[in-house]
Formats: sequence, C-alpha cells, structure tokens
Amino acid sequence: MTPVTAEMPMVVDRQGPSGTHRLFAAGNDAGLAEHVQTFGALPSHGVDARLIDVVEASGLTGRGGAAFASWRKIAATVDARSGAPLARKPVVIANGAEGEPLSFKDKALLAHAPHLVIDGLLTAARAVSGGQLFIYATDAGLPAVERALAQRHDSRSVRLVAAPETFISGEASAVVNGIANGPALPTDHRRRLSESGFKGRPTLVLNVETLAHMALIARYGSAWFRTEGSDRDPGTRLVSVSGPAGDRLLEVAGDAGLGDVLSSADIDTSSIQAVLVGGYHGRWVRPMDYRLSPTGPASHTVRPGAGVVHALPDSVCGLETTAQIVGYLANESAKQCGPCMFGLPAMARVLNSLAYGGRDPQLVRELGRLSRMVTGRGACHHPDGTAQLVGSALEAFSAEVAAHLAGTCSKRMGRRS
Amino acid sequence: MSETLHIDWTRCDGRGLCTELLPTLLDRDDWGYPLAKRATNGDRSNVAVRPAHSEAAREAVHLCPKMALSLANQVAGFGQ
Repeated sequence: MTPVTAEMPMVVDRQGPSGTHRLFAAGNDAGLAEHVQTFGALPSHGVDARLIDVVEASGLTGRGGAAFASWRKIAATVDARSGAPLARKPVVIANGAEGEPLSFKDKALLAHAPHLVIDGLLTAARAVSGGQLFIYATDAGLPAVERALAQRHDSRSVRLVAAPETFISGEASAVVNGIANGPALPTDHRRRLSESGFKGRPTLVLNVETLAHMALIARYGSAWFRTEGSDRDPGTRLVSVSGPAGDRLLEVAGDAGLGDVLSSADIDTSSIQAVLVGGYHGRWVRPMDYRLSPTGPASHTVRPGAGVVHALPDSVCGLETTAQIVGYLANESAKQCGPCMFGLPAMARVLNSLAYGGRDPQLVRELGRLSRMVTGRGACHHPDGTAQLVGSALEAFSAEVAAHLAGTCSKRMGRRS
Repeated sequence: MSETLHIDWTRCDGRGLCTELLPTLLDRDDWGYPLAKRATNGDRSNVAVRPAHSEAAREAVHLCPKMALSLANQVAGFGQ
C-alpha cells in the first residue's frame, strides 16, 4: 500500500520494483532519462506474439473497469487478423479517457509516467503486429504525453486524440467511434471490436494503466508481477480514493482489504458510514471488511472497477448522494437507446422523490421495476451500471429508506416532518 | 443451433412492429421499446429464437422501419 508522493527515482534491478510502488517508481514527472534509469529499456527480444503467453501467466486484468483478462483481448485481436480474408493490421488504442468523475488515476499516470504507457502501447502493438496506434485522453492528460513522445524515436506511429469530458467517452466502442468519426458515443455491438473496430479493422482497446502494467510485465515477467496481490487478483492497481479527507492516489496490492485502503488514505473508518467502490457504476458497501477483487463472493469481495473508492461520511444521507449521482448519470446518457434515454431519468425521478420527501412505499418497488426494465438493454452498459448502483444503495441504506418512508431522515433530524 | 434476434438499440425507435409479430418473445416496455420476455445471462439485446418463431423473426427483421433488427446464429459475447 504505497501513497503516491513526490520522491526521487529509485534504482531498480533486473527483478523489477519491489513492493507495491511500481508504476510511479520513476518519480513524479518522470522524463525519458528517469524512466530508463529506473526501469531499463524496453527489451527488444521476446516482445512479440509470445507476450500473450506471458500476459496470460501474469493474470493481468483490464484496469479500466471491466477487469477482462487482458491476454484474451490481445489473442482475440491476433485471431481476427489471421482469420480475415484480407489481412489488415490491427489498430491499438491506449484508453485514458477516464470519464468517471471520482477517478483520477489515469490522469496521474499520463502526467507522471507517460513513458510507461507508451512502452505498454508499443508492447501491445508488437504482440498483435499492430499498425496504427493511438493514445486517447482528455485535454488534461495530453500535454505530458506529447512531451514524452517528443523525447523518443520509437513512437512516431503514435497519434494523440483528445477525448471529450463525458462519462461514457471511455467506453470501448465510444473510443473507437470518437477516434474514427468524431462523436465519442457507443455503437451497436453486433461484432466484437477485436474483429471489426476502427474503420473495420481488428481493434485492441486497452486502458492506460493496463498498458503500463504490461510494459513492466514485458521487462520483468509474469512471476514478478504476481509477487504482489493474490492468485485471484495478482499484481497491483491504482486506486483513486476520495472522501472527507480529500483525494488520494494509491497503488495497492490486488485483493487489498477495503479498510486497509481507507486507512492508507488517512480516512478514519469510524466516521464513515458506507463506501462507494467501483465508481458511479459501482456498489455501495458497508461495513468495511470487504476485499477489492474482480472475482470472489459478493458477501466478502467488491469489484474495484476502475479503482474507485469513495468514502461517505456519517453526516451525509446516502440516498441523497445516490440521487444526485443517478441524476448525473441520467443526464450523461448518450440518448441513443430508448431504455436508457427514458429509463434513467425515470429512475432518477423516483429516487429523488425517495431522497427528498416522498413517503409512498411503492417508490422502492418502482425503482426495482425500472432497474430490471433497463438492464441488458443498450449499446453499452450505462443502464446496467446505473441499475447496479441504485440496487446497492437500497441495500446499503435500507435503514435510511425506512426512515425516509416514515417521514424522517437520520442525517437531518426534523427536516422532513 | 438456435438463432438470436439482435436489437440495435441505437436504431430502435420503439415502433413496435416486432412486438406484434413476436408476441411470445417480446413485450413492450413503458415507452414502447421491445422488451425480451426472457434474458440470456442478463442480455436482453440478443433474444433467443426457437425454430417455431424463426419465420416471424425473419419477417420482423425485414419489416422493421428503423432496420434495428438482425438475426444471427450466435451472440457476440465480448466485454468490450
């Protein structure tokens, strides 16, 4: 559990950084010199299709939210290329859009370790014999990457594309659509992006943190990667922690305890009533004895998503907070798919009513009905994620729901009488 | 191998023709959009079609005014 703070570059032997301080081991604002001094040059041998086996052995999963096995995505892109009648070079995209308002780890990574992300992109490109390469990030993330690209000679094929500051701009099909056509809106998923993505080419979209881990795995191997974390969640991940104490960026071991993560961010868990894990498409949990892992029983594990941990202080009403989030999510709908365009505002209205004075017990049932209605019905998972958030809020704040239906709020005594 | 009817939600406008042709498979939701009566692993954008409904499904694909429907033998099941 390593707070990411300003420090001098550390010297790393061929075994790679020890402990959980990995991705920022070259220090803040690491230029090419600090990067190479810390990590060594990207090896030129073995970084090709054989890397797929190494990534599989490492157990690396996507750090953008879905936690899909990275090697499978890479292998599917290779298969699509070899299976096509006209072999077309795959397109590889480093996705740093990070539309999640509670997440700031990708921006930090692009700002302080851009060379690791570029190394990861070149590594992935070699694994799939890629052609065009893109780094896609919001305006805040681009200048450092631009400077980094100017320092090196091996990345001339990389193009930078600005991502809009919207919640869904980082969804994989929205990324491809945004780069190819302009609007960063999700598209229909009849075919996988690995088969037909950017201009019909096999396309590999990987989160920038995923790529940074791959750059280290290519250097130090899968066994090194697995020296942190657990069998079901190997390696480390960046976590954006927010709450009453402000924002903190941590790099933590896989399968980390939620309470440990909070303490490392100097959050007094006794003053916290619930934690939102995984961001606005995530899950409210209480108390804190969960572990952060993409897999494991829901009673003891919570999926970290893109590594978002948000602590809700005791003094704030969880229903009001969730109502505000769902209002935001409804507004962020791309408004392409009917169930999302109409269903999310409907959910927001009902939850608002429950949060701010409604006493009809049918409100809870109606939220459940609408959640079931929108789930699984869209070009992307925006409705599914929203429904999951609402369901977890009703569960985590069930006592608050009862209080609200009785005309009170445990956080604002007397306000609702 | 059973077929699946894929709904492209970015095209669907909720005209409802498909729900009239395939009443055993599709309901209409609050806003008129097709609502699969049965989900496959939580997925209600790719609706399983048994051979008995194959012809009606084909008709729905052809008649959809928004060209939002397609039939395929298997479902795209990738996370991205």
